[in-house]
Amino acid sequence: MGFEKFLFYVFATITLVAAGMVITRRNPVHAVLYLVLAFISSAALWILLEAEFLGIVLVLVYVGAVMVLFLFVVMMLDVDIATLRAGFIRYLPIGALIAVVLALEIFLIVGPANFGLQQFPAPAPAAPGVSNTEELGLLLYTLYVYPFEIAAVILLVAIVAAIRLTLRRRSDTKYMDPAQQVRVKKGPDRIRIVKMPSERAAVPAVAASAAPQESTE
Amino acid sequence: MPFDAANLFPILPEIAILVTASVVLVLDLYLKEKDKDINHTLTLIGLLVAIGLTGAVGGGDARVVFDGNVVRDGLTDLLRGAILVVSLLAFVYARPWLKDRGLFVGEFYVLGLFAILGMLIMVSANSFLTIYLGLELQALSLYALVAFDRDSKKGAEAAMKYFVLGALGSGMLLYGVSMIYGATGSIEFGPVAQAVAEQGMDNKVLVFGVVFLVIGVGFKFGAVPFHMWVPDIYEGAPTPAVLLLGSAPKIAAFALAIRMLVDGLEAIQPDWQGMLLILAVLSMGLGNLVAIAQTNIKRMLAYSTISHVGFIFLGLLAGSAQGYASAMFYAIVYAVMSTGAFGILLILSRKGFDAENLDDLKGLNDRDSWYAAMMALVMFSMAGVPPTVGFMAKLLVLESVVRIDLVWLALVAVAFSIIGAFYYLRVVKVIYFDKPDPDMPVLTTSGGVRFAMSLNGLSLLALGLFPATLLSWCQSVFV
Repeated sequence: MGFEKFLFYVFATITLVAAGMVITRRNPVHAVLYLVLAFISSAALWILLEAEFLGIVLVLVYVGAVMVLFLFVVMMLDVDIATLRAGFIRYLPIGALIAVVLALEIFLIVGPANFGLQQFPAPAPAAPGVSNTEELGLLLYTLYVYPFEIAAVILLVAIVAAIRLTLRRRSDTKYMDPAQQVRVKKGPDRIRIVKMPSERAAVPAVAASAAPQESTE
Repeated sequence: MPFDAANLFPILPEIAILVTASVVLVLDLYLKEKDKDINHTLTLIGLLVAIGLTGAVGGGDARVVFDGNVVRDGLTDLLRGAILVVSLLAFVYARPWLKDRGLFVGEFYVLGLFAILGMLIMVSANSFLTIYLGLELQALSLYALVAFDRDSKKGAEAAMKYFVLGALGSGMLLYGVSMIYGATGSIEFGPVAQAVAEQGMDNKVLVFGVVFLVIGVGFKFGAVPFHMWVPDIYEGAPTPAVLLLGSAPKIAAFALAIRMLVDGLEAIQPDWQGMLLILAVLSMGLGNLVAIAQTNIKRMLAYSTISHVGFIFLGLLAGSAQGYASAMFYAIVYAVMSTGAFGILLILSRKGFDAENLDDLKGLNDRDSWYAAMMALVMFSMAGVPPTVGFMAKLLVLESVVRIDLVWLALVAVAFSIIGAFYYLRVVKVIYFDKPDPDMPVLTTSGGVRFAMSLNGLSLLALGLFPATLLSWCQSVFV
């Protein structure tokens, strides 16, 4: 067993265990952290497959940005685990049955019999000078330019939908208009001098002493 | 490699829709509340331009562009046209409802247009990647439209269910695609079909992948047993969103099935025929039986959708050119019928009131006899009563099933559609023979809505009397 194979099994095991933990942990923060672990070990698997760029992007985008955001949301929301798990035992038998059948089918089909080295010989390792990123970029912007543009539109829709579903103008929020603030000039705009007749200071003192008395009664 | 600008001609309709959506998106920021009608007008103009462009770039031999990602053939032309026309009607019906509820904002049009763009991409896709991206674009826009009324708890719940189950369906589909890629080494339909023809049914991986593809298609169509999302979403979502997601997306789902199963995997048709057979019988049975028990008309129409999907599958599983053509005819006709039915519900709704129960249709004839006649036409057509087009559609599908010697299947379909006729005719009875509530206000609608609904209803009658044109178009696609 070569070192590479050994690494593959190590990372594959970590990925599987972490993925299992994601769906069984009671604490959602732990679940998210396990998901991060699953992503990182999958990134390692990709790098073993010589897809270095994708592996790095997985870590940068998913772990660095998406999962951190996820963690924020999970920490801020008050997720009630009890209600989330309410039907767990009730639906366990049917869920387990379907999962077992699916897993069996997958094991029967996706194995060395159909995907062994006879059917898919190992590709020759890429030459040292080949740049993963460059190859990917070339393909993405020539052969796959149409799907690439559609993906861009999907992201645009995600932005529009997210804004539509969350942005609301509340009438009771107080806010300042910076555009008006900077327009203020020296002179009558900033200060208004109001002339008032002077008043006696004793009057508010009486009112102030009367108020606490009422509240204590 | 140099880029040939001629690549862009076949996708001009898509470009037109994308440009319209972007213009509406930006323009909406600068429009005052009273000028929001401009969004509506622009959307309709965009759709009309796209229809015109579909006609202009259509016809002639099939053409594959963008390095095998896009194809423009007879199927593309016809389904593009149908999707655009049906969506045009939907936008016309939706406007008064949106205005009454303070939802008349640009985002509705933007999301609606993006959903249409997704459908157009699906019908012109020539690889699994493109068709999947089109599907996701359409689905993502529709999820947002279902949750469009932010203050409605039911809408939020429906959107959540739709999103989770839709994601599950997409996941299944992608897993199937990955298997097919593993078995054939390509994601483009042409090479996949070649590889499949060489390997045939010996390749277990291929069959395994097809199972997941059929599950994905079943989810997107809402066929039993993958139908659970349909009734809840139809009931919970705002009616204009249901109108958009219940009509044209069925045509797109048909394209999904044809492109993947027929363009890509026709060589293993006996395999997916059996799967579709089960889905079809279950859908027709459950849809028709459960619809009888519904008092909420949106839920009833949801179950009716499920049963119609069963009929579309009948045509698909026949596996003959005639069968595909009849399924296509059925899908287009169904989209027109469901647009009409939900359009009537929108017309009956008014400020602070949503027509969603059967009782809300009571005595529609006394309130507005023209709309009553149109609704009756839609219902007769859904039930498959001659001379409406629904009868023709059912007949053609049944003929294709009989031709492959599945007479029992045709008999089952007939039996279930007779059962189904009960609840469609009950709606007609409620419209014509029940007395309206005395405190119902007068039904007022704009001329545009009345024109669109007349066109919609009468087209069902006209297509039923003269089905030859549409039918010959459908048949010319599959020669």
